[in-house]
Amino acid sequence: MELAQLSPRRILQRLAEGIDGPLLALSLALAALGLATLFSASYDQPARVAAQFANLCVALAAMWLAARIPPQTLMRFAVPAYILGVALLVAVALAGDVVHGARRWLHVGVTRFQPSEMMKLALPLMLAWYFYKNEATLGMRDFAVAALLLAVPVLLIARQPDLGTAVLVAAAGFYVIFFAGIGWKVLAALGVLGLASLAPLWGMLHDYQRRRILTLIDPTQDPLGAGYHTIQSTIAVGSGGITGKGWLNGTQTHLEFIPERHTDFIFAVFSEEFGLIGNLVLLALYALLIARGLMIAANAATFFARLLAATITLMFFTYAFVNMGMVAGILPVVGVPLPFISYGGTSMLTLFLGIGILMSVHSHRRLVQT
Amino acid sequence: MKLGELKNNERELYFFQLRIGFAGFAVLAAFALLFARFFQLQVVQHDTYASKAEENRISIVPIAPNRGLILDRNGVVLARNYSAYTLEIFPAKVHDLDRTILELGEVVEVQAKDRNRFRKLFAETRNAESLPIRTRLSDEEVARFAANRYRFPGVEIKARLFRQYPHGELASHVIGYIGRINPKDQENLGELGVEANYRGTDYIGKAGLEASYQQELHGTTGFEQVEIDAAGRGIRTLARTPAQAGNNVTLTLDIKLQEVAETAFGERRGALVAIEPSTGGVLAFVSKPGFDPNLFVDGIDPASWEGLNNSPDRPLTNRAIAGIYPPGSTFKPYMAMAALELGKRTPKSAIHDPGYFEFGGRRFRDSKKGGHGYVDLYSSIVKSSDTFYYQLANDMGIDAIAGFMGKFGFGARSGIDLEGEASGVLPSPEWKQKRFRRPEQQKWYAGETVSIGIGQGYNAYTPIQLAVALAALAANGDMYRPRLVSYIDNLRSGERRHIEPALVNRIPLKAENLEFVKRAMAGVNREGTGARSFASAQYTSGGKTGTAQVIGMKQGEKYDERKVAERHRDHSLFIVFAPVESPKIALAVIVENSGFGARAAAPLARTVLDYFLLGKLPEGETAAQGKAGGVPQEPDDEEESD
Repeated sequence: MELAQLSPRRILQRLAEGIDGPLLALSLALAALGLATLFSASYDQPARVAAQFANLCVALAAMWLAARIPPQTLMRFAVPAYILGVALLVAVALAGDVVHGARRWLHVGVTRFQPSEMMKLALPLMLAWYFYKNEATLGMRDFAVAALLLAVPVLLIARQPDLGTAVLVAAAGFYVIFFAGIGWKVLAALGVLGLASLAPLWGMLHDYQRRRILTLIDPTQDPLGAGYHTIQSTIAVGSGGITGKGWLNGTQTHLEFIPERHTDFIFAVFSEEFGLIGNLVLLALYALLIARGLMIAANAATFFARLLAATITLMFFTYAFVNMGMVAGILPVVGVPLPFISYGGTSMLTLFLGIGILMSVHSHRRLVQT
Repeated sequence: MKLGELKNNERELYFFQLRIGFAGFAVLAAFALLFARFFQLQVVQHDTYASKAEENRISIVPIAPNRGLILDRNGVVLARNYSAYTLEIFPAKVHDLDRTILELGEVVEVQAKDRNRFRKLFAETRNAESLPIRTRLSDEEVARFAANRYRFPGVEIKARLFRQYPHGELASHVIGYIGRINPKDQENLGELGVEANYRGTDYIGKAGLEASYQQELHGTTGFEQVEIDAAGRGIRTLARTPAQAGNNVTLTLDIKLQEVAETAFGERRGALVAIEPSTGGVLAFVSKPGFDPNLFVDGIDPASWEGLNNSPDRPLTNRAIAGIYPPGSTFKPYMAMAALELGKRTPKSAIHDPGYFEFGGRRFRDSKKGGHGYVDLYSSIVKSSDTFYYQLANDMGIDAIAGFMGKFGFGARSGIDLEGEASGVLPSPEWKQKRFRRPEQQKWYAGETVSIGIGQGYNAYTPIQLAVALAALAANGDMYRPRLVSYIDNLRSGERRHIEPALVNRIPLKAENLEFVKRAMAGVNREGTGARSFASAQYTSGGKTGTAQVIGMKQGEKYDERKVAERHRDHSLFIVFAPVESPKIALAVIVENSGFGARAAAPLARTVLDYFLLGKLPEGETAAQGKAGGVPQEPDDEEESD
């Protein structure tokens, strides 16, 4: 009898339940820009656009599911996901595949899998859960425990070595700790300590990592090696000018001067073809998405939901900032995709899962009151 | 308690929202930083990056022009181009050259000579983009390499134009050859200010006309603006300025006549120059032995180079302009002319020739034992009396001789349109002063003048000088600069540029003296030393035989051909012009180590004249080969000066 009541409009309403309009609109707008840019970058591999579209559909389905899972339920995954993640990282360290001199991959059946990717969500989840559990008696001891929880996976990832991911995972953990309310004085002290540890850290870096940082300071030192990416991407961005060369007309892109133009350097393609105006639009879309995310976090019902939402939002920011900064030549080259734009199923899935969680936090903001 | 907890919660929420606000502010600040960077790149430095992108994108690719052809006076092609595939290595893109070459050998044939040539080119041309490891690939080899191409990054097949000399060795010293541009050539091009026009050109004329007419033959390089990708592969052409082929160069030389002359030489060494007296145009130009200029075209392999360079026959020396020989008795007609012009002798002057001339207690021997007896000016030429000219030279003195001979171009570069001409030696006290260091050597001794009179002593001239002097004599004193090129065609404009005859000197000579000397030279071929060689000729000609000493003879020593090593035997010379009334050809020939002029050089000259004036081809080879004819009798009446 309920079935009889299900008019098409009602079905649509039921389907849209828990979906946040602004978030959906902003992320879809970004994804659409991404597909257009990818179309231009993939003139030689047109199948990539279709593949990315399929990725997007899968990611939207995942978002839809995540939006329906209450934060309370999500919390149950925190500990198992964290433990599994650390276990897998240890497994990688012991029996992972070496690709390009780094041990990052783990064989799972026919495909390979990067456990460090999983940590990007598992670590903030774990920390948010930990702080939530100890909400009433939050003290220095808890922050110390949190720092330990953060340090274990970060060091494992840094050892692979995958400095970029390690920094991103550490950033995610740091955001949770920051929003949990760590004292400003402690933060300042940590900052000083961090600066002081730069020198010994430099000594721990691998040659190629040092080269990346040195190349950032002066890309012309190694124009055909480590500096090539940065030189060519800044040429692409700079030559785009105010209005850009027009969609499909980027010479740097179409003549293959931009390496990784589908993935990490897709912003160079975008910026070359759409110019400063396009960049402004992109920045604005990200800013609105982040604003919406922070708003949701500010209004979240529980400490856990707050921390999770704020951290996820800031991770969107971090990816976008690091990626654009790297392409524009002010940050070192690290393997970070541009959110919603870069080609890749995993990152698309993770991003829309994050959007889904934000939506869930938003739609459950009034429900949890004990 | 509950209230306190709630209050606490609110406080916590407040602090949290404060941090959210802080985070939002940090995000805005970070985005502002990004925007500032975008503004810097895309607005402030846009022009810089835009031009960098253009540079990235557009490559200027030179298009080498087709080299002009070289043709003989009848339009027979002497140097042309053909297209062929070469296998080229880009050394900059290849890690291990040796391994690559070794592996290439599995796909196409790479011989030791190819490897050596590549090594040589690699050492010589450091900045070259690509160098050939194999040239003239067969279609099958091209296909086989194409299938294996993926194995050889930095190795490519290129279609290139090659120079080809269809006549091989024939006229090789005239045509010369081309070779790869080396650092020295590059420097010369820089001095000429034509470097830009040689971008894309790998080859340059190295010898002969290929070198002296390099600028005419080269043409104008075209340019193509090509859009390239990061790997340097051309995507499409944006703009194109076509290359303009080089000019065609047509010679005064007749390749058939050349062939007759070279065939007449056979394996003998020497030189021959035939000139049209009224223009200075060179009709035949021989330097034997020659070489196959095709060997040089795609880089000569070291073994062939060694062979040519170290051969005692010196096939790479252009004897016609760089070989210097004493003129021997071919000098006598000019001595007679000088005597008449300067009033030292008249046609009636006569001597009694005892077989020697005594001067300062030294005897200068005549080549004829016992002498010629009564000798007047006419018979001094016809019979080639040495004693007569010993005396004459002594009477004239070295300054008068040098002054007169200089007008005929002896001892000076003729100015022919070839590089590497030697000037030879016109002996004079001034020359000796400059030539030697020690004071006792610098002094000119009167005794030295005596043998100058018979074309020996310090006399040393190039075959081209002998031909030019004779042509001037034949043309009644008008001396034209010798030249090999008749006209130059610009194929694009259709313009034809004639090289006008260049009169360099009008030697003032009295008509009766000219008539006398020419008559005496005609007598040589009719009743004198050249008579046997010119027996039953269907045209009139005036000639003079000559023999040039290679080694000096001690006084009283008799020259015996059989006792002297082949390379130390005398050179055989002959000069001849024909017809006497209106000379169409003046020719000088020298056959090295072949003895008397009448024996080797004169028959050879006859063969050339027969073809040139009558179109008659020699019967077999016997007509030309003096040695084959032998010397059946005592050659006394043909013998000449020492």
